[in-house]
Amino acid sequence: MKRPELERPPLLEARDLSRLYGPGKGCEAIDFTLHRGEVLGIVGESGSGKSTLLRVLSGLERPDTGQVVYHARHEPGLERTGDDDTIDLYAIGEARRRALLRMEWGLVHQNPRDGLRLEVSAGANIGERLMALGERHYGQLRAAGQDWMGRVELDPQRIDDAPRTFSGGMQQRLQIARILVTRPNLVFMDEPTGGLDVSVQARLLDMLRTLVRELGLSVVLVTHDLAVARLLAHRLMVMRRGRVVEAGLTDQILDDPQHAYTQLLVSSVLTP
Amino acid sequence: MNGYRNSTETGYNFAYLDEQTKRMIRRGLLKAVAIPGYQVPFGGREMPMPYGWGTGGMQLTASILGADDVLKVIDQGADDTTNAVSIRAFFERVAGVATTTATDEADVIQTRHRIPEAPLKRDQILVFQVPIPEPLRFIEPSEEETRLMHALEEYGVMHVKLYEDIARHGHIATTYAYPVKVDGRYVTDPSPIPKFDNPKLHMSEALMLFGAGREKRLYAIPPHTRVESLDFEDHPFEIQRWEEPCALCGSRDSFLDEVITDDVGGRMFVCSDTDFCQRRSSDNRQKRREEVA
Repeated sequence: MKRPELERPPLLEARDLSRLYGPGKGCEAIDFTLHRGEVLGIVGESGSGKSTLLRVLSGLERPDTGQVVYHARHEPGLERTGDDDTIDLYAIGEARRRALLRMEWGLVHQNPRDGLRLEVSAGANIGERLMALGERHYGQLRAAGQDWMGRVELDPQRIDDAPRTFSGGMQQRLQIARILVTRPNLVFMDEPTGGLDVSVQARLLDMLRTLVRELGLSVVLVTHDLAVARLLAHRLMVMRRGRVVEAGLTDQILDDPQHAYTQLLVSSVLTP
Repeated sequence: MNGYRNSTETGYNFAYLDEQTKRMIRRGLLKAVAIPGYQVPFGGREMPMPYGWGTGGMQLTASILGADDVLKVIDQGADDTTNAVSIRAFFERVAGVATTTATDEADVIQTRHRIPEAPLKRDQILVFQVPIPEPLRFIEPSEEETRLMHALEEYGVMHVKLYEDIARHGHIATTYAYPVKVDGRYVTDPSPIPKFDNPKLHMSEALMLFGAGREKRLYAIPPHTRVESLDFEDHPFEIQRWEEPCALCGSRDSFLDEVITDDVGGRMFVCSDTDFCQRRSSDNRQKRREEVA
């Protein structure tokens, strides 16, 4: 008898990942599986190796040891390494890795200035990934730009304005539109709400949550803000000194922390 | 060995550069021809004039020039402007080669910013002077990164620039150094020729060589190579058009320069290619004489 598959298929796996700049600096022995449609939060204090892990996962930095394994959609352009559609991120060539990053993944930077082209208009920013994928119709690029500006709650009338004329929160939303326009399979976010004031943060989080649900995005979210993690993440990994000290469902970790460090982290959240 | 005779200026090797340098540049040129549109680095030499005046083009010309070749030099289409006159005189002195202003008589044509109007033939070589050989430079300042982008064919950003043009001006406002894709592979800067000349690059009979002296890069478009100007489906590539014909020769299909004739707003449009214009003018006179007779 054929049984229904209860567990969602895995999308991204980290297998014994290490990238150390020195003892305790970087990330060490990381193992996890991200399933399709799941939002995984990585929390921890500054210097705990969150961002290093994100760089390694998103193909920007080769790990010292371990593998990042991606289970691709049936994509004719990408060659497969195994029998199933498994891609070992650092075993494929740089050309294919960059193509993967461009076509199926997206990276939202903490500082929108790192993720945007400030010298070209908002519309060109949103259209860039589409153009990289071969879209050559100006009218359609523009329509997609206006559509996405609307979705991230920006005024579509401002499509020709330069990103530097936008506020910080608007720039961050523009960056998110620029990434999501190609419907990536997997999105990495590095402190997407960092540097924004609380009310703007709340709106951004609300928008992100809607988009994640609507598009069925799979997200790896790095944050030091437990409130952000609580709102967005389904599962949490708590990192300290480069290692994962605790992992589990978000509510479980935040309501009933087991590890001493997680308890400290949860108890140090300020409540007004 | 016949490259050594005829040199009118003693104390210089034929065509100024030493033979080893010419060989090095020729090796680079062979590679450039083998990989159309690919920028080949070369050991650029000091030339007796400043960067930006055509040192790259001159080194290429010096490397390919033979004693029997006839040289033509144009600057913005004209044979009689400072840059063209000086470079022509230079090669007359250090190589003793014959020079001409007639496009169809030249074996090697060094050019700055134009392709002659008269169709080029096989066996002719057009040498371009290039200021910035890297078409991706405007968006990516790192040379390492641009080389990687070329290697991986990451050319999406080229269209970002064109998109931005349309968004700001309503049409593609890039009028010179208009980016092209050579042989379906490398995006290439055709040097600051007006986009009017871009179609002449496509399936050209002549060999086109590009030399950038300051950046020390050379590249080539071999004869019969596909050259496509980048564009959008709904904003296709277009060349400049003028409402009036050339005031001197009456040509309606050549690239025209606007010339201010007085200080009360008088102006006229004339061909930028002086050889083409003079030829047509004298043909017209001939025709008129025949009609009268």
